Amino acid sequence: MKRTIPFIIAAITGFVVIGAYFIPYTQSWGDNTMIWFDILAGFAFVLGGGNLLKMNLQKVSDRRAGWGYSLITIVAFLATLFVGLSKLNVHPSESFPNHPWSGSLEEQGSPIWWTYNYLYQPLQATMFALLSFFIASAAFRAFRAKNAEATILLVTAFIVLLGRTYAGVFLTDFFTTGRSLNLSLGDFALHIPFDGLRLDKLTSTIMTVFNMAGIRAITIGIAMGIVSTSLKVLLGIDRSYLGSEEG
Amino acid sequence: MFHFFYNLDKRWIFLLMLLAVLIPILLGVRFPEDASPMVREVFQAVDELPEGSFVWMAMDYDPGTQAELHPMAAGFTRQCAMKKHKMVFMTLLPQGGPMIQRNLEILEREFPEYKYGVDYVNLGYRPGNEGVVKVVVSDLQELFGNDVKGTSLENIPLTKGMKNIQNVDLLISVSGSDPGTKQWVQIASTPYDIKTVAGVTGVQAPPLYAYIPNQMVGLLGAIKGAAEYEQVLLEKYPEFRDNPATQEGLRRMGPQLVAHMLMITLIILGNIIFFVGKSRGAA
Repeated sequence: MKRTIPFIIAAITGFVVIGAYFIPYTQSWGDNTMIWFDILAGFAFVLGGGNLLKMNLQKVSDRRAGWGYSLITIVAFLATLFVGLSKLNVHPSESFPNHPWSGSLEEQGSPIWWTYNYLYQPLQATMFALLSFFIASAAFRAFRAKNAEATILLVTAFIVLLGRTYAGVFLTDFFTTGRSLNLSLGDFALHIPFDGLRLDKLTSTIMTVFNMAGIRAITIGIAMGIVSTSLKVLLGIDRSYLGSEEG
Repeated sequence: MFHFFYNLDKRWIFLLMLLAVLIPILLGVRFPEDASPMVREVFQAVDELPEGSFVWMAMDYDPGTQAELHPMAAGFTRQCAMKKHKMVFMTLLPQGGPMIQRNLEILEREFPEYKYGVDYVNLGYRPGNEGVVKVVVSDLQELFGNDVKGTSLENIPLTKGMKNIQNVDLLISVSGSDPGTKQWVQIASTPYDIKTVAGVTGVQAPPLYAYIPNQMVGLLGAIKGAAEYEQVLLEKYPEFRDNPATQEGLRRMGPQLVAHMLMITLIILGNIIFFVGKSRGAA
């Protein structure tokens, strides 16, 4: 029963959403289902927050390694939650001046605005900026032309790295002649414009021809896999997402 | 020498990367940009719409990706405002609200004739990821009863009577993560034939090329795409030349070039050490 009811809900929901796409009469059913999904997604924040508190409180309570970070996480979480939910120092909206909580969370100067702009924003930007240092270090240590495949990857990386900056144009601008290399063998004729050999043009070709062809093949493969896996889930063949019987 | 490089402390690499980014920023190094055909197609898609067209602005990015994406979002906002298009902003990310706000500040500062509610509206964020896209494309007001200020969409001139987004003239998706452009293309643009352009991070761009040109007109990839777009914007609207804020992407191409050159040098150096070490039996 513990697994059967969730399975029935999941299966009915799944078939309703699929059916709504193909049968116009049932489109509103699909829409309603998606609204339920959106409401549930709102509740997921409560569950996520509760889980975050539980995990970190346990870590602090057990004095496990790194418990100090957990303490900072809990304090930051609760402080942000408080200034956000209470809308501290947020003025009421012009449309509803008598309702103290009607103001926008993005009001300039409010504590939640300050937290976002002066804590969250610089911290997240810093985390992403650090990637450049680690990528440089990894490129130096790991990007090796060990075999033919790795060498092709390396050459492609050089073309794209150069082609995505002005260096690509500067280094290969001599190809901009407007002329082309013409090869003919019987009825077969090949025209290769020299301009296309400029690194920025080559980069564009790599992205829009080789990359696009590869990605389309992978995407279609993934789509087939999703259809197959989804059917297994909806028909109850794969119930692993429901957890074990004992749990 | 060989042993120095073979056992090179990664802090030297970090220092070099710091200098590679810092020096061009301090010197204000700029390079000319030549827009690619795809960037011109994206620009054209916005520009060829009749004045006052309805544009849906999906701003699905956050502070982590704003360095790459905000110049694109700002460029799209400015171009739409120059064409007097009507814009509705929304985001699928909880951190995306202030990103929308930054674009609205551009409208307030540079286009004072633009009026909130008449020319643009901010719907803000709703939880539900792709579920939100599915709902707004079929019944907008089921999910967005009001804007971020709490005003009912029925009381806002721009959104009054708006049932869904199927009839918008253009969908602009600026996206740095999942959910983002992929969901907009799969759930909104493709089934309802909504003309779409996108601006995405360098990491996101390669998989999205698969949707061009039938499901998406084109996309701007990474800061290079943003810089090229700004270049086209400056060519078409020279009045922006006096506004440094319109050239954020172009400015960031200087550090990008030096950092890329450093990466190439490091990769070549790493390979030389690898092969020399191999020949000496050290690797």
